[in-house]
Amino acid sequence: MKRNNSLMNRLLMLLVFLFLYAPIFLLIIFSFNAGNSNMIWKGFSLDWYAKLFHNRLIMESVYTTLLVSLLATVIATIAGTFASIGFYAMRRRIRTPLMTVNNIPMMNADIVTGVSMCLLFVAFFNGWENFSVWFNSLGLFQLPTRLTMGFGTLLIAHITFNIPYVILAIGPKLRQMDKHLVDAAMDLGCTWMQAFRKVILPEIKPGIVSGALTAFTMSIDDFVISYFTAGSGSSTLAMTIYGMTKKRVTPEINAISTLLFVTVLLLLAVINIREARQERAALRRK
Amino acid sequence: MSRELIRLRDVCMAFDDELVLDHLNLYFNDKEFLTLLGPSGCGKTTTLRIIGGFATPTSGDVLFDGVRINDVPPYKRQINTVFQKYALFPHLNVFENIAFGLRMQKRPDPKDPTGKKMVKIPEDEIRERVMEMLEVVSLKGFEHRKPDALSGGQQQRVAIARALVNKPKVLLLDEPLAALDLKLRKDMQIELKRIQQQVGITFIYVTHDQEEALTMSDTIVVMDKGSIQQIGTPEDIYNEPKNAFVADFIGESNIIDGIMLQDKLVQMYGKTFPCLDGGFAPNEPVDVVIRPEDIDIVPVEQGQLIGTVTTVTFKGMQYDIIVDFKGFKWLIQTTDHCPEGSRIGIKIDPDGIHIMKKSQYSGMFGDYSSFSEEYDELDDASLSLDEEESGDEA
Ligand SMILES: Nc1ncnc2c1ncn2[C@@H]1O[C@H](COP(=O)(O)OP(=O)(O)O)[C@@H](O)[C@H]1O
Ligand SMILES: [Mg+2]
Repeated sequence: MKRNNSLMNRLLMLLVFLFLYAPIFLLIIFSFNAGNSNMIWKGFSLDWYAKLFHNRLIMESVYTTLLVSLLATVIATIAGTFASIGFYAMRRRIRTPLMTVNNIPMMNADIVTGVSMCLLFVAFFNGWENFSVWFNSLGLFQLPTRLTMGFGTLLIAHITFNIPYVILAIGPKLRQMDKHLVDAAMDLGCTWMQAFRKVILPEIKPGIVSGALTAFTMSIDDFVISYFTAGSGSSTLAMTIYGMTKKRVTPEINAISTLLFVTVLLLLAVINIREARQERAALRRK
Repeated sequence: MSRELIRLRDVCMAFDDELVLDHLNLYFNDKEFLTLLGPSGCGKTTTLRIIGGFATPTSGDVLFDGVRINDVPPYKRQINTVFQKYALFPHLNVFENIAFGLRMQKRPDPKDPTGKKMVKIPEDEIRERVMEMLEVVSLKGFEHRKPDALSGGQQQRVAIARALVNKPKVLLLDEPLAALDLKLRKDMQIELKRIQQQVGITFIYVTHDQEEALTMSDTIVVMDKGSIQQIGTPEDIYNEPKNAFVADFIGESNIIDGIMLQDKLVQMYGKTFPCLDGGFAPNEPVDVVIRPEDIDIVPVEQGQLIGTVTTVTFKGMQYDIIVDFKGFKWLIQTTDHCPEGSRIGIKIDPDGIHIMKKSQYSGMFGDYSSFSEEYDELDDASLSLDEEESGDEA
């Protein structure tokens, strides 16, 4: 009976994994197909990958994706680091509700975040138009009156949804730190900023790196929020792939999707290995 | 007497309307070993943080050499601190921990005639001073270890060296020995006193351990509930406690209700006892302190008071016996064995009696009805500390 049960379990597990990963495997396999079918295998080739690099649309969106992800990661990491220190310095009574507010965007449906940010930008642009018309009538200097969504709004949106992940990664590192370290550094002649650089930063560096890696992964990975905030001017890789599928799923899409999948997989692997290593180090210290 | 260095004037501190320090007035002399002594939560750490510049008093002044320093940040004060749990920098080795303060320092360039140019301390001088400090705290050879590869006692020494290498005028120490086991604690007490005399600066030491305070201090400040109860030398505080709180907190005391009939004559249990104190109103109610070691046991017929022995505990040097005098239990320390249940007489010399004015603490301390429980607690505490740290010192 028991044996039977575990066999069932294993079978079920196999099915689940098959269900989850079969599409991705198919996608990866057919990205190496010599023919341009998604059903008939015509032999191995790297043609589709080579073709990618000559597709200006794809290359441009790869560039946009990398740029927005990098910039958003750097800015969100800096902002998130100082925000975590602010949270850490707060009293528990205030911190706990604020941390909940911080965590909500991570669980919120992307589409809600995306639509609401889109609405916010549109509302702001309207207000800006009124303001700039009035300002220009003063005749000091001319402000642009028409603003549109594009790389700027895309970047702001990415920074916004990245910050909570950074805060979440750094918080525990701060709480593990001896709370008198900053006092000790200031006692020995540091200003607060020097104490931050010489003492807090080395202590929370692992958290900062984890937070930055997570933020970068989230940015590369994002489609929905980008779709609502990039406007017509810029397009991330995920958006370009989506646009191409409107016609037909070509093996070219398979190839670029495979690259995206592998990138995110690698990033996730790095994050997980780092976490496991830190946990082991913390255990050893105890 | 030496020069005054730091003064707290009418210092109050409140957290969320809770008054933690209540009009503290206190001064610290140069090169003195001063201890703030009091139960946990009485405001010792807060006082130290105000002196170090980590907290700003709600009202009142902090003066250093006569100058008001309320708003001077910690890094501009000639004061260094040894924190309660050491607060060593985990990512730096022992050498770099100790050198930390020196690397932060800038001083006028000796080669610059205007004296305005500021330069860092040269590397060879840093090296020399750190090595010298390692010698003072007996940690030569440990300079490349990380803090988490050191025992508690060694970390303690690094923390002291890290503070002292900056040649501060004042060193603040917040219960620096609390985490060490009993034997190491005793050694470090002597060591700290030696270091203080060697470097010749003011130590302001915080502890809740009365024995530690008596052993090490030039001056003791006894605190309770944010107020100073008494300031004095260890002898003063032990022999002439100001009120029942001090008498009970420092050493063992029997505190009995009495009436001061006239100068040098006090009445307890309806009997009169000659004593040495005076200056009270006729028939003023007072608290009478009698230390357990100042009581002589005599045959019943010669006794000033007669009581029944209820408990006997062998303590090695002496017996601690609890004697019931008309329902009030006294602790007496004696080298003679008196069996439980026996009736004994006692005699107290006039210099063994100390009279205190009545205070808010009257009637709260000095009865040994719950004596055995009190001792059990003490034994438990020292036992668990021993287990925690034993074998730690390499
Ligand atoms: N930052 C703070 N916020 C609120 N209350 C505090 C703070 N620091 C200390 N207290 C309170 O002040 C009182 C005195 O604390 P402390 O100075 O640490 O006492 P001690 O060092 O003598 O044990 C305690 O009741 C403590 O709860
Ligand atoms: Mg304290």
